[in-house]
Amino acid sequence: MSAQPTPQVAAAGPPAGEPALTGLRRKDLLGIAELSPAEIALVLDTAEAMKEIGSRAIKKVPTLRGRTVVNLFFEPSTRTRTSFEIAEKRLSADTLNIAVATSSVTKGETLADTALNLEAMHPDMIVVRHASSGAPYLLSRICRSAIINAGDGMHEHPTQALLDAFTIRERKKTLAGLKVAIVGDLLHSRVLRSNIHLLTKMGAHVWVAAPPTLMPADIGRFGVTATTSVEEAVEGADVVMLLRIQLERMQSAFFPSAREYFRVFGMTEARLRLARPDVIIMHPGPMNRGVEIASEVADGPYSVILDQVSNGVAVRMAVLYLLAGGAEHETAA
Amino acid sequence: MKRLLKGGRVIDPANGIDGTYDVLIDGDRIARVDRDIPPSTAPGARVVPIPAGFVVCPGFLDIHVHLREPGQEHKETVATGTASAVAGGFTAVACMPNTSPVNDNAGVTEYILKKAAEANLARVYPIGCVSRGQKGETLADIAELKAAGCVAVTDDGHPVASALLMRRALEYTSMLGIPVIDHCEDPTLKLDGVAHEGYQAAQLGLKGIPGAAESVMVARDVHIAEFTGGHVHVAHMSARQSIRAVREGKHAGVKVTCEVAPHHFILTDERLAAPIPYDTNTKMNPPLREAADRDAMLEGIVDGTIDVIATDHAPHHYDEKHVEFDRAPFGIVGLETAVPLCLDALVHPGKIGLRRLVELLSVNPARVINVVGGTLSAGAPADITILAPDLPVTIHAKDLVSKSKNTPFDGWELKGGVAATLVGGRVVYANPAVTIDWERVQPS
Repeated sequence: MSAQPTPQVAAAGPPAGEPALTGLRRKDLLGIAELSPAEIALVLDTAEAMKEIGSRAIKKVPTLRGRTVVNLFFEPSTRTRTSFEIAEKRLSADTLNIAVATSSVTKGETLADTALNLEAMHPDMIVVRHASSGAPYLLSRICRSAIINAGDGMHEHPTQALLDAFTIRERKKTLAGLKVAIVGDLLHSRVLRSNIHLLTKMGAHVWVAAPPTLMPADIGRFGVTATTSVEEAVEGADVVMLLRIQLERMQSAFFPSAREYFRVFGMTEARLRLARPDVIIMHPGPMNRGVEIASEVADGPYSVILDQVSNGVAVRMAVLYLLAGGAEHETAA
Repeated sequence: MKRLLKGGRVIDPANGIDGTYDVLIDGDRIARVDRDIPPSTAPGARVVPIPAGFVVCPGFLDIHVHLREPGQEHKETVATGTASAVAGGFTAVACMPNTSPVNDNAGVTEYILKKAAEANLARVYPIGCVSRGQKGETLADIAELKAAGCVAVTDDGHPVASALLMRRALEYTSMLGIPVIDHCEDPTLKLDGVAHEGYQAAQLGLKGIPGAAESVMVARDVHIAEFTGGHVHVAHMSARQSIRAVREGKHAGVKVTCEVAPHHFILTDERLAAPIPYDTNTKMNPPLREAADRDAMLEGIVDGTIDVIATDHAPHHYDEKHVEFDRAPFGIVGLETAVPLCLDALVHPGKIGLRRLVELLSVNPARVINVVGGTLSAGAPADITILAPDLPVTIHAKDLVSKSKNTPFDGWELKGGVAATLVGGRVVYANPAVTIDWERVQPS
């Protein structure tokens, strides 16, 4: 390995009582559900070092030089794919983007065959986004490569939750004890599921609010407080996170109209006044202004929505680095 | 040829028999069941000593089987499906009409029966379509189907979505004395669901199928059966609300019967997440539901609300199952796992006795589709299932006789299995793990 500085793990450390980790001792990152609090802390701490790299004039370290990372996207994505690609390039990995429209999937090839064909070319990591919940698990069973879930159906979007947590921690120093209100289309949201796993594991109090038509079944068993009152959820909140409302859902009668949704659940400045004065506003994007969020709120001083995007690169660098073996890999190389 | 089955516990609920008896078979018929039939009274008979502890009962019938022929022979054929049946202890199967083409005319029925005669293993009772082309619009030629050999009608795979068509079907079939079997599922409530709507599906991000999608149609069918006087048989019950609807119908004297598949009284939706997350062999329709539903199925088996255990044997090629969960076809194979599962999960824990099991697997299914069988009465066909209730059995998917291996029970170690299967007096399956001497001629 060259003389380039290796990312240093920040001093924040894991939660009390947990041993410190130096690498993710797992092949894949399929979901937050399977991560321990110590592993989550490790990713967040590592991301702090990674963030520093992004502030340099030359934003590149040789950490993943010679490694091949495939970005396999079966669903359109601008933000997540770009974020992964920048992260990979900053770590000097060789990257390859495969989007569904240009792949043989449209010719009727199965996911398993696509995976086997990619695998035959010996990539080191495959970053996958897929419309089917659980598709990364199928890939994981087939491939020797590390699989990173970049969003699977309505299941999980682990790197989004990690970058959300990183952003919260940047502002609030800790996750434990915070009241986090998540409002929007809970039913169809993989961001929600990953965030619930992460925030509850790290000791935050999670409140979720949505009309009953957009609540997952048995939400009470998720370890959160569910309510149909957005005011109740937001009251005294440290963090308010909004989830995208897809307007197509009106056709399936999940809610009557964008206008009515905004009237009952939209995040306005008036509603936000119920939260703590130092509340931060988050949104995984893309936003529907005037539906789930008023423009004044999205553009207001408490909004950290663009910080989330910036931090996404650092968190994804951390995940790539740690799955590649972290500090152990570098010692061995 | 005569065979005298000596000893063993003989259970023939139709004749009130349960104890150590001998069974004399003459050619393809039962000749006599009695305490200690002396071999001297059956000269020339092969005397077959049945090992102590084994159970001799009327042949089992699985009235919910997909044989896939014609049209989907890569999944199963009549020959491989009936071989799987006899290996599982079933002497007869009733096969579903959602083949390609569908069984909505005498030509397809006759084709299936011809293939069954060629295979010459289990008896095959075709089930015809309710609606022409299984399109749910107009009635199929049901009298012609019955004349060709169909024992019931169903649009299985799909519900009879129109209440009006269900009404007409129940009225029309009441003239023919055959049941309408309904795959109860409100399509607007099911939508594109792939798993039971509950905590597990919510966690895994799978679109849900609520229990109510099934039970609203069960309740509807019970009500329509009540006012038409027709016989509705509810296929593969899975939701606790459905049991309640059938129970109420039975109390009101409605001609309603129902069946449950072993996976619905053994497994729950927790299998979606573990041991293999998103295992497509846990995807079936109706879906694996939650513990309260599984327990309601067990209760219905115990209290008599459930008439029949049927497997919904649904073979699929491994290519078809080796895909994303929401793209995989619904269904699992069931013929070879049902008997061990029933013995292990129902009989050994003491939930039901062997006699009740014989009712669920033999007596009642024969009654529902109104065919011979379900009894060891003198003159009845010598269709016999012999159980080894204490035999340790391990399910190995790769060793299944069925052409397809899609089972969630791979590797399960169970107590109880099938020793042998006789159809028309012929030994069509003898389990190599047990020893029964079928050919010993008595010394004269």
